[in-house]
Amino acid sequence: MPTITYVQPGGAADAVTAEDGTTLMRAAVTNGVDGIVGECGGQAMCATCHVYVRPEFAARLPEIGDEEEEMLECTTAERTENSRLGCQISVDAGLDGIVVDVPADQV
Amino acid sequence: MGVVIVGGGQAGLQAADSLRAEGYAGSIDIVADEPGTPYQRPPLSKDYLVPGKDAAPLPLRGPGFLEGKGIVLHDGVAAVAIERRGRQVVLSGGRTLGYDHLVLATGAANRRLACEGADLPGIHGLKTLPDAEALHAALSAPPTGGARSVVVIGAGFIGLEFAAAARAHGAEVTVLEFAPRPMGRALTAVTAEWFAAAHARMGVRLRLNEGIERFEAGPDGRVAAAVSTAGERYAADLVVVGIGVVPNDQLAAAAGLETANGIVVDETLRTSDPAVLAIGDCASFPNVHTGTRTRLESVQNATDQGRHAARTIMGSTIINGTEPYRDLPWFWSTQGALRLQIAGLSAPDDLTVVAGDPEAGKFSVLCYRDGRLAAVESVDQPGEHIAARKLLAAGQGPDAAEAAAEGFSLKAFARQAPALAGR
Repeated sequence: MPTITYVQPGGAADAVTAEDGTTLMRAAVTNGVDGIVGECGGQAMCATCHVYVRPEFAARLPEIGDEEEEMLECTTAERTENSRLGCQISVDAGLDGIVVDVPADQV
Repeated sequence: MGVVIVGGGQAGLQAADSLRAEGYAGSIDIVADEPGTPYQRPPLSKDYLVPGKDAAPLPLRGPGFLEGKGIVLHDGVAAVAIERRGRQVVLSGGRTLGYDHLVLATGAANRRLACEGADLPGIHGLKTLPDAEALHAALSAPPTGGARSVVVIGAGFIGLEFAAAARAHGAEVTVLEFAPRPMGRALTAVTAEWFAAAHARMGVRLRLNEGIERFEAGPDGRVAAAVSTAGERYAADLVVVGIGVVPNDQLAAAAGLETANGIVVDETLRTSDPAVLAIGDCASFPNVHTGTRTRLESVQNATDQGRHAARTIMGSTIINGTEPYRDLPWFWSTQGALRLQIAGLSAPDDLTVVAGDPEAGKFSVLCYRDGRLAAVESVDQPGEHIAARKLLAAGQGPDAAEAAAEGFSLKAFARQAPALAGR
């Protein structure tokens, strides 16, 4: 089971062991990671599961789809080249050890 | 003493969360009649039912959140009375909770059919996790399920979301809708008619202008057929009734609070008793966008009103003493691969302008009222939806002639709107 590390704006880190096939959003919400809201339940409708994926993991991520691309334009915290929606990233062994930064605001 | 919140749904949890975020230091108690961890409802009629998706329910807040914030959840407990003079809520079992502020986030209950056979086994509503679990089992392979002939009563959001999920399981699906269009209460005719055709392409048999007359039982006592008001008989081994909801306002009414299709609140979300607020599906509020009193059933409405109630309680937003609730309503529905997003509230006699390409399944319908853009419905155009939300919230928008131009895009328009620069 892959491990995901969520780093808060203050530097505190939560390491979470996720089920294969879950998403960065679901793993955070189910494990009570602060700052990942997932208000729409993972439908790429609300952009409240915005994360910054550390660049060293970028090559392992799925491409940004059209829906995600559009929704990333309305994140509350600034979009950067590392911005992704957690609900659109499935987690499996290939992403074991991934580190993402949680933005200061989602809403 | 502190805040008591009745209701463990999206609105109630948000109010508690936002009170702490705003610095509220008193006690916070949430009274939730459903047992267990509060969960998200929207996926229950969508991802949760689709074969092969991650079906675990999503909690509204993770484990440890409530304890960490000093919020006490009384789950599986009903609030049975409000004693406003003594400022206390009576719980099932007889315990009482005192309050300085009471927030009613009691939600809504499925409207029930009254026709013959409506209580037969095999006929379901879809609102709660146990409802969704039962339907998930019924749609799955035998021996737990294996439903082949599904009849849905009502072509609203829930009914059509369920119909698409049942089709994904390979079932035959018939939807009975007594109105002439699906989702007619929420959508313009042009979008509703597009969805009717799209469901037909998915293989859903959508019967409009046809309501339910009665259900018939088979030899095993379970539902076996649905007979429509047109006299047609449809085989049914599984029925879902999605004919809307009624607000849970009985507790408020019994306490002498004003109710009228929901608990009546003012622009700060206070009821006729200023110590009592109401939010979410159960609240009828003055809507600054339409100039009418509305009651909305959506995640946006629940969470934004939860946040606003917290600010009202904290008194932190003071313009003439109170800040009105004015968040823009928005909604979404996914029905199979169809993605619908709505910004603002459309009305049946709005002037409509279609932008994009309905044939290609990517378009938006701009709704004009009194010459102003009032709402936008988007199909598979999230960028247009987001632009619509920004423009409507800022009170801006193209005029109808601009929107009707070939190749018009709200996204491009929003980029040039002065009030949105930098947003």
